[in-house]
Amino acid sequence: MRKQDSTRRQFLGLAGGVAVLGAVPIVTVRPVEATPAELASAIRNVTGGAAVKTGKVKLDVPPLVENGNTVPMTVSVSHPMAPEDHVKSIHVFNEKNPQPNIANFYLGPHSGRAQVSTRIRLADSQKIVAIARLSDGSFWSATVEVIVTLAACTEEVI
Amino acid sequence: MPSALINVPAKAKRGDIIEIKTLMSHIMETGFRHTATGEVIPRDLITGFTCRYNGTEIFRADLFPAIAANPFITFFTTATASGKFEFEWIGDNGFSEIASASISVE
Repeated sequence: MRKQDSTRRQFLGLAGGVAVLGAVPIVTVRPVEATPAELASAIRNVTGGAAVKTGKVKLDVPPLVENGNTVPMTVSVSHPMAPEDHVKSIHVFNEKNPQPNIANFYLGPHSGRAQVSTRIRLADSQKIVAIARLSDGSFWSATVEVIVTLAACTEEVI
Repeated sequence: MPSALINVPAKAKRGDIIEIKTLMSHIMETGFRHTATGEVIPRDLITGFTCRYNGTEIFRADLFPAIAANPFITFFTTATASGKFEFEWIGDNGFSEIASASISVE
């Protein structure tokens, strides 16, 4: 069963390659995707291996995205922003873009509200992870699955 | 020609939490794309954004290729005193742009 699967994949890959060859004179190789391992190591770079709890963070991304070139994203953390207890930073990661980081945002007690919005690119349907670092050193996260119909980042320029 | 759009409330009460919206026009070329002839299009990104309020840094962001073209960033801050917000974007190829907005706090 396994064997058959891979043969079929090879065949389809070959067929796709031929189709591309027919259309453009150059076969372009897609850059390697960030793997779940890279995602994990990017997260480890931020947390330093500390435990990351689920909760507090809210990651707002449309679940179904038509155009991966510009995807609105809002991250908010429900946590007070007092001088002695606040959100220090918010880090956003992806699973399958060519590299795992999306953005790091650095806040402080003066922010008043731990909420940041931006527009991101998504190269594929994938998982997005937001991690908040609190002033007490704890980490909180939220994960969202997004389906992308038109991918970004790696498309050809004609 | 780079240009910035900034939206800061002109007036606020002391202690109000205000929303700041910023947009910088920039291609944000990822360095992962190819032309039809197979050449890699060189990376050209904004990599950092900083906002200062009367000289004190209140918000900073590291940006990566996964940020869409014309980076749009909104965030919040507490209005403490009348004065000036300064915004700075830095990036590849010596990209550096500054914009500012003023606020009057009662």
